[in-house]
Amino acid sequence: MRALDVDYMLELVPVLLGYVPLTLFMAVVGMVFALILAALMAVERVARIPVLDVFVRLFISFFRGTPLLVQLFLFYFGLPQMLSFLTTINGVTATIMGLTLHFSAYMAESIRAAILGVDRAQWEASLSTGMTQAQMMRRIILPQAARVAAPTLINYFIDMVKSTSLAFTLGVTELMGAAQKEAAGSFLYFEAFLVVAAIYWIMVEVLSWGQQWIETYLNKAHAR
Amino acid sequence: MISIQNLNKSFGETPVLQDISLDISPGERIVVIGPSGTGKSTLLRCLNFLDTPESGRITIGDLAVDVACASKADILGLRRRTGFVFQNYALFANKTARQNITEALVTVKGMSRADADARAETILRETGLEARADAYPASLSGGQQQRVGIGRAMALDAELMLFDEPTSALDPEWVGEVLDLMRKLAETHQTMLIVTHEMQFAREIADRILFMDGGRIVEEGPPTQLLDAPCDPRTKAFLRRVG
Repeated sequence: MRALDVDYMLELVPVLLGYVPLTLFMAVVGMVFALILAALMAVERVARIPVLDVFVRLFISFFRGTPLLVQLFLFYFGLPQMLSFLTTINGVTATIMGLTLHFSAYMAESIRAAILGVDRAQWEASLSTGMTQAQMMRRIILPQAARVAAPTLINYFIDMVKSTSLAFTLGVTELMGAAQKEAAGSFLYFEAFLVVAAIYWIMVEVLSWGQQWIETYLNKAHAR
Repeated sequence: MISIQNLNKSFGETPVLQDISLDISPGERIVVIGPSGTGKSTLLRCLNFLDTPESGRITIGDLAVDVACASKADILGLRRRTGFVFQNYALFANKTARQNITEALVTVKGMSRADADARAETILRETGLEARADAYPASLSGGQQQRVGIGRAMALDAELMLFDEPTSALDPEWVGEVLDLMRKLAETHQTMLIVTHEMQFAREIADRILFMDGGRIVEEGPPTQLLDAPCDPRTKAFLRRVG
């Protein structure tokens, strides 16, 4: 057994931290799009719009039923062979697309369950004041469903931050890719991957504080 | 002028409203009484399509709707001409007392935020809730919640206000303040259709009382006649039971 090269690890920290913005960028953009798509699909699943419902269910089934890595390869290596306008797609875009579609499928189901969990009386009260279905959803039901769904959705976001590391397999030099390159040069794999693990871990811990804050905020209407 | 003609509704095979016809004059206060499960609440809920009636006509002011072929616009129209007060308050849980009142003014009536706030200020004063304006429903007492519920319906300036057993879910200590608010509202000549089990209140507030049983209006008349000298044996039996 050899000793841990702490000096090398300390040298690596600032280098790898430089890739944190790209990781967060992919996760945040993916999350925003995934949330929008998931909310739309959840509302559709509750309203059960004919024809559209079949497509949404198929979509959710496919993106939950296949590994994210397979989906990324399909988008990045597979689709451009079929659709010529996609030949210029870069790894970051493909990753964001994959994260969006994959996680939106999971989140749609969480949001759907949260919508159905909102007290029936809230729906009736909204309608009785003359709101349209869309107004009711936007103003009354979705905000209340958000409170219920928030812990789960934030969990998915945390998962998404970590899943950005798969961009490495599409040739993107992000956090994981950079660590791999460093390690390949120094042969100190354990040190490099330990640093990268620590960086992911700390990012997720910071996000967990944010989770507390968001949940407190969403619960403010229910504090006695 | 409000008019209900031959309204029918059933849940599956069970008829709950049978051929209900009723004319209500502007400013009139009608109380509906009767045993549980006789369609009193369903009647109110059918008037603004929380339950969908099967046949009949509903006319409120300038809007006449054949319920069997009511369009989305008809349904919105009926809802926008009626205010509904729920037994279990049903305040918007994610909105403060003030926001409960302003919500529909802004989203449904398209009022500016400033106008809606001004209107809410007046309503909060009338309902005695100025001090609790920024409280969320979860931190209000039952009586306060129901007063917000009434305020929310008042704000809409509805041609007809529907009260579905507004005091039935309340602890006895809060019933008085809610009935007081309804009395105040009655003084403004608001047209009201009230389902209640509060017989004393019915006697003092109603211009006319309807007794319903088995999905039909069995008997109707002014309080003194219906409560003190009912004709139908079913009315007599019911009044004896509720004492």
